[in-house]
Amino acid sequence: MTDLAPPRATSTSSGVAPPRTAIVLGVVGFALLVLPLVSLTLRTPWTRVGELITDPVVLQALRLSLVSSLAALVVSVVLGVPLALVFARYDFPGKPFVRALAVLPMVLPPVVGGVGLLAAFGRRGLVGQPLAEATGITLPFTSAAVVIAATFVAMPFLIVTVEAGLRMVDPRLEDAAATLGADRWTILRRVVLPALWPSLAAGMALCWARALGEFGATITFAGNLPGRTQTMPLAVYLELERNPEAAYLISFLLLAVSVAVLVALRDRFLRTT
Amino acid sequence: MSEVDRDPAPRADGPRDGVTAGAGGGPRGAGDPPAAGGDGLSVDLGLRLGALELEVAIDAAPGEVVAVLGPNGAGKTTLLRAIAGLLPIERGRIAIGGRVVEDAAAGVRVTPQQRSVGVVFQQHLLFGHLSALENVAFGLRARGVPRREARGRARDWLGRVGLGGEVQTKPGALSGGQAQRVALARALATDPALLLLDEPLAALDVDTRRAVRQQLRRHLDDFAGPVLLITHEPLEAINLADRLVILEQGHVVQDAPPAVVARRPRSAWAARLVGLNHYRGRADGHELTLASGATLAVADAADRPGDVLVAIHPRAVALFPSQPEGTPRNTWRATIDALDIHDDQVRVHLDGPIPIVAQITASALAELALTEGSTLWVAVKATEIEHWPV
Repeated sequence: MTDLAPPRATSTSSGVAPPRTAIVLGVVGFALLVLPLVSLTLRTPWTRVGELITDPVVLQALRLSLVSSLAALVVSVVLGVPLALVFARYDFPGKPFVRALAVLPMVLPPVVGGVGLLAAFGRRGLVGQPLAEATGITLPFTSAAVVIAATFVAMPFLIVTVEAGLRMVDPRLEDAAATLGADRWTILRRVVLPALWPSLAAGMALCWARALGEFGATITFAGNLPGRTQTMPLAVYLELERNPEAAYLISFLLLAVSVAVLVALRDRFLRTT
Repeated sequence: MSEVDRDPAPRADGPRDGVTAGAGGGPRGAGDPPAAGGDGLSVDLGLRLGALELEVAIDAAPGEVVAVLGPNGAGKTTLLRAIAGLLPIERGRIAIGGRVVEDAAAGVRVTPQQRSVGVVFQQHLLFGHLSALENVAFGLRARGVPRREARGRARDWLGRVGLGGEVQTKPGALSGGQAQRVALARALATDPALLLLDEPLAALDVDTRRAVRQQLRRHLDDFAGPVLLITHEPLEAINLADRLVILEQGHVVQDAPPAVVARRPRSAWAARLVGLNHYRGRADGHELTLASGATLAVADAADRPGDVLVAIHPRAVALFPSQPEGTPRNTWRATIDALDIHDDQVRVHLDGPIPIVAQITASALAELALTEGSTLWVAVKATEIEHWPV
């Protein structure tokens, strides 16, 4: 965590040192951000980890979270990368509007997303009702719903990151590949995706972290059924009443994952210059 | 072709007026009649892109190197992209090696992949994640050549451009000159019917440029198909090409061997390029009347009265402190506007009835004690004035 050290007392190489009041307010702001994380780490029952982690509720939540967030990541890559390609490489009428809709879940309250998912895929939903009538499949309150909810909130992070990455890939490289005889698929596979890899990796990390932490849309659309739809964040919320130590442990695990993602993306987000 | 005046190709007559042209290695296809619709390249196209309106007709015979020269924004790169198939044309026809690859009227449009065109781009545009070998093998692999064979041929090509030792190097670790040579090998490895070079030396520093140019010349000599070289460097064009096409504002203003362009440039831009004083005027017998109203006496009379272009080499412009007596028939008073000093040569920009640039030696500068603003006499012999009908 040394990367997140408090502001230094000396001014940086350029500009004038900020006024004293700003420094004080900044320190207060930093404390507000960091104190909960430090407290959580301190309150985690380290001596009882072995016993808590084998608690069926914790284990189930752990497994479900891992599987569903990775599934959401796969769905996001399979659907999100093509969408990013379309956004980065094609112009069509109304594109800014369409793009805004696609990334709206990033700023939408997740619970609203959950309600929307119910309206679409619920038993009486726009798509859910015909689907249930035709196949008997109902999505809400299933593990599939967990994946859908996580994908809904997390995929936009992948889309924006990959799209930004695509814009940095020189389109003339694709021209060069075309004159060398490469078809579109070969160009995508052998020129664009390799050049895109750092952005794709960053987008995947962000997407996975967001999927792992998903709460609002999940509890609304998928419910809170242990073993089926109760992911780690949901378990934390429930266990806080019943078994606070387990809640602390799960929370710490999620914190550790977040730190790991941040460290993996340090070149992107922790660069200070 | 109607709007293009093609100067006759001089066969044996070398460069005149002390202007170097195509020194070393005689022109290859320059004497051959251009193969319109033959085995070479035949382009006659029109397209609009933003403010640019491109209307170009160019032919290049197999083995011929044609340089397309022009100022920035003239449409050189757009032309190259159109020929490569990266940009659709709105009018006309493109044929490569006798095969029509695009015909706007007939609705024919062959994709870039199927055109068999090798392109060397200005900033090499190598694939950064692939080794030099994989870059050169890329086109062969894309065309279905088995991996082993593609690598073998790519290795050969890297050897030919003198980079046999850099097979596994990634483009980021290559110098600019090396990267451009890999790009050349990559373009040639697919054995294209046409080679397009877009300012291949522009991104290189001066010393590297000289070395890569020599090598490029060798490879262009070996290449059997037509070559189109885009550049804004006149010496590069004169050194590498058999024929120059001057492109300005989307139109061909001159299409001629380098020696002809150097002696009789058809536009002010081209004249500046080869360092000539350039005027438009009217010829009548031994007298030229320039657009400014000033007159010049010339030695060789015009065949018939009419509009002409006039060129005077700066070395033919003599300067005197007072009005010269005797032979020179064209003299006038002028004021020094600016002095450009390069090594031991000085270019004197003169203001007067006929604005002109004189080239003198540094010792002449000292003897005449010239400074900006000083007044002197300009003399140009009638025999030193080149003029030809528009």
